[in-house]
Amino acid sequence: MIARLSLAAVAVAALACVPFLFEAYGLSLAINLISYTVLATAWSLFSGPTRYVSLATVAFFGIGAYTTAVFAEILPWPAVLAIAAGIGIVVAAIVGLSTLRLSGVYFVIFSFGLAELVRQLVTWWEVNKSRTLGRYVFTDITAAQIYWQLLALAVLVFVAGFLIGRSRLGLALRAIGDDETVARHSGIDTTRAKVALFALSTLFMTLTGAIMAPRWTYIDPAIAFNPVVSFTVLIMALLGGVHRLWGPVMGVVPLALLFEFLLARFPNHFSIMVGLVFILIVYAIPRGIAGLVERRA
Amino acid sequence: MLLEVTLSGVTLGGMYALVAMGLTLQYGVARIMNLSYGELLIAAAFAAFWFYSGLALSPLLGLLIVPPLAFAVSYAIYHVLLQPLVRRARTRDALEVDSILATFGLLFVIQGVMLALFGGAYFSYSFLSFPLHIAGATVAANRLLALVLAVVIGLGLYLALTRTRLGTAVRAVAVDPVAAQLVAIDVRTASALAFALGGALVAAAGVLVSMFLTFNANLGVVFTLKALVVVIMGGVGNLLGALMAGLILGLVENYVAVFVDPGLTLAATYAIFLLVLLVRPQGLLGRTSR
Repeated sequence: MIARLSLAAVAVAALACVPFLFEAYGLSLAINLISYTVLATAWSLFSGPTRYVSLATVAFFGIGAYTTAVFAEILPWPAVLAIAAGIGIVVAAIVGLSTLRLSGVYFVIFSFGLAELVRQLVTWWEVNKSRTLGRYVFTDITAAQIYWQLLALAVLVFVAGFLIGRSRLGLALRAIGDDETVARHSGIDTTRAKVALFALSTLFMTLTGAIMAPRWTYIDPAIAFNPVVSFTVLIMALLGGVHRLWGPVMGVVPLALLFEFLLARFPNHFSIMVGLVFILIVYAIPRGIAGLVERRA
Repeated sequence: MLLEVTLSGVTLGGMYALVAMGLTLQYGVARIMNLSYGELLIAAAFAAFWFYSGLALSPLLGLLIVPPLAFAVSYAIYHVLLQPLVRRARTRDALEVDSILATFGLLFVIQGVMLALFGGAYFSYSFLSFPLHIAGATVAANRLLALVLAVVIGLGLYLALTRTRLGTAVRAVAVDPVAAQLVAIDVRTASALAFALGGALVAAAGVLVSMFLTFNANLGVVFTLKALVVVIMGGVGNLLGALMAGLILGLVENYVAVFVDPGLTLAATYAIFLLVLLVRPQGLLGRTSR
């Protein structure tokens, strides 16, 4: 236990040195990797044990990014993050309370269009009320600071996942994933457990969006709510394996590098290729790399 | 004014009903939650556009060519892509998750192909776009034609499912796949047939929609979502429910677009969806809660 803990501490310390070692390109790649690590791990925090496929990652990511775009210049940074977290939790509660007491399909459908809904609402608000479509994000936050914030967030995700796995909530969620009816009959308040975990998982997504926003100097609803983000997060988590806390990272690293390559080489056929990669993963490695590693062991 | 808005709302609602009927076949009978469903609609719309502006063929002729083609494509997709998942799945829930994932990938592939071919621009063509006057209201002829054709197709489907032996078999699978096997119904064939039929329906709707709406390669997701909402609202596997829910959604959307703000139509869809989830999650005409 102590050995593993110190190993993790060494890894985090080594990762914290990345901004001193790499130039702009390397750092932006590292930011990319770590932001997807947070998103994919947060995704499987909820969708792993419950087996409810959430397609709404970018809805929360975009909410965070837009909150930064609106408030970054007028409020101190911690206040911006707090507002983003608050909005994210409210949206998650609305989604969770209306769908998670029913069967999983309703949740999937609701999450499927959620990003599009939020995008249209933001667009409508910007066009009619604030009369600006598209905003410039001017902050004095450097790339290295963004990286460190994301690293801190990544540590938090893993700590949260570790603690949940050993708590009554984690046990309740695994029971729900195995058989919801049985879970309910053993006295678990399934709705409350699911909503709580969903809110926690989306909280991390919202914060990632808020922290990442200064990376773009210009932001509009189409950029902030790009559905490809939901899709890539889903692929990464599935390739890695969602039933282990460390699974998603195994998917993030190879796929983020692959997508970087594909985007550079085939910018116009990107979504076709990503779609094909995804279908391949669903058919060939349904339990992810983590599942392969475990079978080998 | 109100009559005009109602008429065009009914037209839109008729399209939604047609689209949802196809999805309720795919989901209710074949148990495939098809997230790439709306992409087929847009692909059919592009095909009709290409027939009309490239080959100077009427969309009515397209209506005879495109849906059978979509039937064949959907049948192939079911056999090649989805049948392995059906075989692999141990429970219905597992199949649902797998089909959601596989068709989500398919969504991006089809959308990517259309984006590569046509780009992100909006397309439309003018076919029968002269106005007709009905009881003091003005309607574009193409809208009215689309509505009439949707009614004919929907009615044909309803009769085929309720009055023929094969249709009865398909409905039996929707009610209970295991019990259907016990009375010598070939569940696999019926499922493949229902899936392909759903594809043909959505392609027909795509051709009809292309006659009076502008569309682009990114619009499929919105149609899929609306079809899903209509299916849930009407009750899964229930054709009459889909018809009713489709009309309600079309009307509400059109009223919101005209009297409130066109930017809020999707919000209206979601508001209805939320209401259904809170009050009657089994759907308007659904029997059992799941």
